[in-house]
Amino acid sequence: MLHSFRETCTAIAVLGALSLAAPAFAQGTQGSQEDLRAQIALLRQQLDALQQKVAALEAAGAQRPAEPAAPPTAAAAPAQPPVVETPAGAAGAAGPAGSLPVYGNTSALSKIFNPDIAVIGNFVGAAGKNDVETLPALQLHEAEVSLQAIVDPYARADFFLAASPEGLEIEEGFVTFPTLPGGLLAKVGKMKAQFGKANTFHAHNLPWVDTPMPIRNLLGGDEGLNDAGISVSKLIPNPALFLEATGEIFNGTNDLFFGQDRGDLAYLGRLRGYRDLTESTNLDLGTSFVFGHNDGGPDSTTRVFGIDATVRYRPLRRAIYKRFLGRTELFWSKRDDALDGGTAFGAYVSGEYQFARRWFAGARYDFSDRAIDTALRDKSGSLLLTFWPSEFSQVRGQYRRTSYADGGTGNELLFQFLFSVGAHGAHVF
Amino acid sequence: MTRRLLVVMLAIAAQFEAAPSARAELNVVAATQDLASIAQEIGGDKIKVTPMAKGYQDPHFVEAKPSFVLTLNRADLLIVVGRDLEIGWLPPLITQSRNAKIQPGSKGYLDPSQTAKILELPTGTVTRAMGDVHPLGNPHYWLDPENGRRIAQAIKDRLSELDAANAAYYAQREADFGRRLTEAQQRWKAQMAPYKGLKVVTYHRSWANFVDAFGLDVIGYVEPKPGIPPTPQHTLDVINAMKAQNVKLILVEPYFDLKTPNSIAEKTGARVVVLPPSVGGVPAASDYFKLFDTDVALLLDAIKATGTK
Repeated sequence: MLHSFRETCTAIAVLGALSLAAPAFAQGTQGSQEDLRAQIALLRQQLDALQQKVAALEAAGAQRPAEPAAPPTAAAAPAQPPVVETPAGAAGAAGPAGSLPVYGNTSALSKIFNPDIAVIGNFVGAAGKNDVETLPALQLHEAEVSLQAIVDPYARADFFLAASPEGLEIEEGFVTFPTLPGGLLAKVGKMKAQFGKANTFHAHNLPWVDTPMPIRNLLGGDEGLNDAGISVSKLIPNPALFLEATGEIFNGTNDLFFGQDRGDLAYLGRLRGYRDLTESTNLDLGTSFVFGHNDGGPDSTTRVFGIDATVRYRPLRRAIYKRFLGRTELFWSKRDDALDGGTAFGAYVSGEYQFARRWFAGARYDFSDRAIDTALRDKSGSLLLTFWPSEFSQVRGQYRRTSYADGGTGNELLFQFLFSVGAHGAHVF
Repeated sequence: MTRRLLVVMLAIAAQFEAAPSARAELNVVAATQDLASIAQEIGGDKIKVTPMAKGYQDPHFVEAKPSFVLTLNRADLLIVVGRDLEIGWLPPLITQSRNAKIQPGSKGYLDPSQTAKILELPTGTVTRAMGDVHPLGNPHYWLDPENGRRIAQAIKDRLSELDAANAAYYAQREADFGRRLTEAQQRWKAQMAPYKGLKVVTYHRSWANFVDAFGLDVIGYVEPKPGIPPTPQHTLDVINAMKAQNVKLILVEPYFDLKTPNSIAEKTGARVVVLPPSVGGVPAASDYFKLFDTDVALLLDAIKATGTK
């Protein structure tokens, strides 16, 4: 395109020169030779000027492809942090006025939608003697990272990642649909099974340093029953009490179950009733059942049945100073591959009393048969003292005596430091 | 056997499900009795109001009881205090309520703090080294009658939106509430006027808006930091400050222990006043107007008893 332009210019110039020169020759006699020379000189000047212009254009044309890479002039303006307009609803009479500053580049706008993030450190120490379960003397037992946010108008999501000496694990990660029709509440993802009470708590929310014996022996171990699945629960309206039925289906491969085929799922059902006895006292009763395949053979299954009862007392006027929680859970486990076909039974009884704003005293007695060798029963008793420097940290000591069925004993002092940073969502009651 | 039990259970459930709740009035649930009282003023007999936290209860530490799930399950409108006051108990209840109407962001979720005058909005860095701070400002904003007016307006607007047929009724009741509030405000201000600038100590930072409205001066708190119980050193500092500035009043919310305030009072000759910060905090404070009547009367009695200027 540029080439053709240059050629055109030159051609016009040459043609112009000839057209002017020709009549001059023809009129030879009429005009003086000096006129002619002057005209030629003029034409030459014009031709030079044209050629210069063409060269200049050509040079500019060569530079043009590089131009977009050159910094736009706008970038030279002093850098200012981008701002977001305060959402209309947040424009309170004395709320943050005008726009909020956002740092970093424009993608920092997405920070507004970041989930609530919290990290809870769970440091556990053990002193004394235990022949059977040898806990490390000092250990950062777990660092739990929680990420919680509302997904969209129909769902919220909760993630709990647990980093422990064994590695990083998805403790829970599920989406909750709170606005389903028919009064249903559904959860999908990896989650703690709604079996009883203690199984549903995270380690930092238990009233003890350890997990009670029946959960360790009959519900798959320290971590309890926790698997990928779908949970649906429904309120059963009635005039007398809060009644909630829950049904859950799990993949069936976890610490308790071992499904060999895709169809070997685990099924759970729970019915929970709750009633306020007075404004300070309430009673919480539940019954749970879970069924799934185990590792004892192709058709070998495990059924666990549980009953839980909790009584709470917390006077409203002194709610931050005084409370009592008494709880018992009973477990019956029936494994097809159990020796002599027996049923294993386990239970715990626990009490916790808050006697000052930051102090709690507790006691627990727990025992459990072993799931396979149901004739073996482990027993343990604990005394606890807990101190809360603030809502966000906790120091706990637990004196525990254990008598194992196969002869071993434990006589230990467990201690725990819990510390939480960030925004951790409130716990379910 | 199991199957039969299931069938019976489902049949029972279906029975309760079938019972229609043919009530025309709006079902309003309020996080506190203060909001419930104002909502009742505006809604009159067109709404049924159920409060959650009791006035004599620390609103930061309410238990998320399942009975509240039932209350929320039936709500058409949930009014919250906001500014993270209920962060420790309300969010899981809303999730469990199985009620799409009251989820945050829905028409049935109202946070009147968005249009109220909020004090103590933190500036600069906020860390928990400051105790249990509220990063969104002091949530005890209902203790300024002017904010009561703003809350009433927000409730009127939302009720009119949810129940357009009765919009005129709500507007008329809100105007009437506003008129009575203005009269009462003049009375309270006149009663408190002689004591403008009176120095007091309070237990928690519950009174920022109250002292802003009535011109008191809070020189210290029994708590060293919000949510942190009193320490001996801090108590000593408070005693010294009170002696130095001749402070004769210690205001305590009904849900705090009186041991430390009483011992401070003993050493300074001050008087401990248990002052309800909420409707229902004491039986006399039975509605939003009587809350201020009660608080002003309790303060005046204490001022007279201590002989402070």
